[in-house]
Amino acid sequence: MINLTINNLPVQVSEGQTVLDAAHKLGIDIPTLCHLKSTGGCHVESKTGSCRVCVVEIDGRPNLAPSCCTPATEGMKIITSSLRVINARRTMLDLLLSDHPKDCLTCEKSGDCQLQDLAAKLGLHRIKYKGEMSKHEIDVSSESIVRDPNKCIMCRRCETACNVVQTVGVLSGVGRGFEAVVGPADLRPLSETKCTFCGQCVAACPTGALTEVDHTYKCWNAINSGKTVVVQTAPAVRVALGEAFGMEPGSVTTGKMVTALRMMGFSKVFDTDFSADLTIMEETTEFIERLKSGKNLPILTSCCPGWVKFFEHQFQDLMHIPSTCKSPQQMFGAIAKTYYAKKIGVKAEDMIVVSVMPCLAKKYESARDEFNASGTRDVDIVISTRELASMIKEAGIAFDHLEESQYDDPLGESTGAGVIFGATGGVLEAALRTAADWVTGKDLQEIDFTAVRGLDGIKEATVKVGDLEVKAAISSGLGNARKLLEKIRKGEAQYHIIEIMACPGGCLNGGGQPYTGGRCDEILAKRMEAIYRDDKNAKIRKSHQNPSIKKLYEEFLGKPGSELSHKLLHTHYHGRRNV
Amino acid sequence: MSCPINSKAELAKLSPEKAEELDVYLTSLPLTDDRERNRGFLIQSLHKAQEIFTYLPSVVQVHVANRLGLHLAEVYGVISFYSYFTDKPVGRYKINICTGTACFVKGADKLVEEFQRYLGIKLGETGTDGKFSLTGLRCVGACSMAPVVMVNDRVYGNVTTKMVPEIISDCK
Repeated sequence: MINLTINNLPVQVSEGQTVLDAAHKLGIDIPTLCHLKSTGGCHVESKTGSCRVCVVEIDGRPNLAPSCCTPATEGMKIITSSLRVINARRTMLDLLLSDHPKDCLTCEKSGDCQLQDLAAKLGLHRIKYKGEMSKHEIDVSSESIVRDPNKCIMCRRCETACNVVQTVGVLSGVGRGFEAVVGPADLRPLSETKCTFCGQCVAACPTGALTEVDHTYKCWNAINSGKTVVVQTAPAVRVALGEAFGMEPGSVTTGKMVTALRMMGFSKVFDTDFSADLTIMEETTEFIERLKSGKNLPILTSCCPGWVKFFEHQFQDLMHIPSTCKSPQQMFGAIAKTYYAKKIGVKAEDMIVVSVMPCLAKKYESARDEFNASGTRDVDIVISTRELASMIKEAGIAFDHLEESQYDDPLGESTGAGVIFGATGGVLEAALRTAADWVTGKDLQEIDFTAVRGLDGIKEATVKVGDLEVKAAISSGLGNARKLLEKIRKGEAQYHIIEIMACPGGCLNGGGQPYTGGRCDEILAKRMEAIYRDDKNAKIRKSHQNPSIKKLYEEFLGKPGSELSHKLLHTHYHGRRNV
Repeated sequence: MSCPINSKAELAKLSPEKAEELDVYLTSLPLTDDRERNRGFLIQSLHKAQEIFTYLPSVVQVHVANRLGLHLAEVYGVISFYSYFTDKPVGRYKINICTGTACFVKGADKLVEEFQRYLGIKLGETGTDGKFSLTGLRCVGACSMAPVVMVNDRVYGNVTTKMVPEIISDCK
């Protein structure tokens, strides 16, 4: 252990910890901007020390030191709030702001901007330095992410998220000096890169330099278009939406959210959990077929569009092993605009399907050319959890005072297996619940596969499915996915089934979720706990027992894996350039 | 790092001999599966690639990235940082005018003007016939001979605007 004092208070930290860690231990808040601690099973700490906002005075050293990347050493005497430190921090911030747009009022990130917060915290009310301003083109090429380098403060947190956590490798510092900017190779548009649109860079960005493509206005337009507008909400949205309204992290807001969506004017409020159950029907059928034939194993889940795009660019040689199932979002769209549209006597083109997703890649996914099984776009508009929160606020709805209400039938009926899709390991657990029943022909009561739960980045478990010992692996975060895939490529690992989610922790930490600030670990754990609580409280907890799903097969699809199922619910993948 | 896309085949479309030469060089490096170690060979690989291809077009960058297990963005980041590297085609004769402090004090700005006028191209450009490129560079460490002009590997010292036609006529 290392002993040091900060502001005359003694503190003990272990070898390798920084001055910032030591200060946190004492409850001393040192402001940071470029520092990033990644969570959700991806233990990456970015300490580039580039912003110099966290400087402190160290006895015996002539210069101020950045606390985020200065290791604590024995006998250190540190002062974090001397006049010299305060002046230095204000100067650093002043200089950062001198080359930062001043349109805070209308900035997408206003209210969630760490630069704005810091200016308030340091009491900076006037910008002293005026000088040249950077001028860069704003990249609006993609369906998911807007890149506005003018608002970039070169903290490089997005680079860490993209290259180290996700190993996607799209973002890099380009150029030097005043002209330096973070962007893709050749500064080409994001839409022409191997960006997976996972949105972890957006979650990491302290300013408005990386934000989602805003579809709220498009959504209001749709609601007022006179068409039949149905909405689906993804599992992870209900356990995070409350945070945007000051509710405790981990609050399950399903009932209030449904009420709010009805008040906003949606014709029907449905649940992506329903199509998650449908995904399990199709995917488990495919899994059991592959188990029997021993071919194309391990089967990889394919619910996550960020992950799908990742392997299309970077693991083309393994493109035969992911499940051919579409994601629950796309299955929902295809069923809503065929089965349901027919049921209520509306043409597919007179129906608009809106999704509320914890994800930014879902915006891109819905726009993929092939997703028009209904003859028109299966999913028309995708908004994130954050966008839904802002629409609810815009509509003047007092969210925390709302009465709870139920989803509409039939596409709103779901099971506990559907809701756990929102956490890493959930899809696999849901599939195992159904596979175990189908293989044994029984209604098994032991359905909590706890070995596949938790926030670890890579999890492995051997699970009994009938007489079979199924070897399963789960990874969340694309960097972890890469580790698993490289093992498979080299033949070093033998699994039967693998679940992969692009975002560390799964959808509950999606790029479209409310920003977690510095409380990421704590908030993710609470969201996860809420998901499993919701599952535990569900009346039905196995996808194949969902009455509306049974009815859908009886009335329309036939059986899982049928020709119509393949037409509507399955897809194919495209190799994409690895640049 | 990357899936087995044949970036060498793409490179060979540019020039099979040059692609081979670069590949022989990259093969001679002690590269491993450890991308962080391989990163240490990036700058020398880019030097070699630029020596062979005279510039670093995207296909060259992709191939170097693939062989070293790095992402294209990382490679491009390095290329864009160092003024020595260029991803635009350059002329057979690269006229580099030193604009470091000593050369600047001794009138490098006038040399820049004169070369621009004489060649009809601006600093940073390459003539349409592909013969000359004109660039400015920082100190080459020959300040006693300031102002200095380099044409490929040849160094001209104490250059005056009157010497410009002479320097250009040396380029045959």
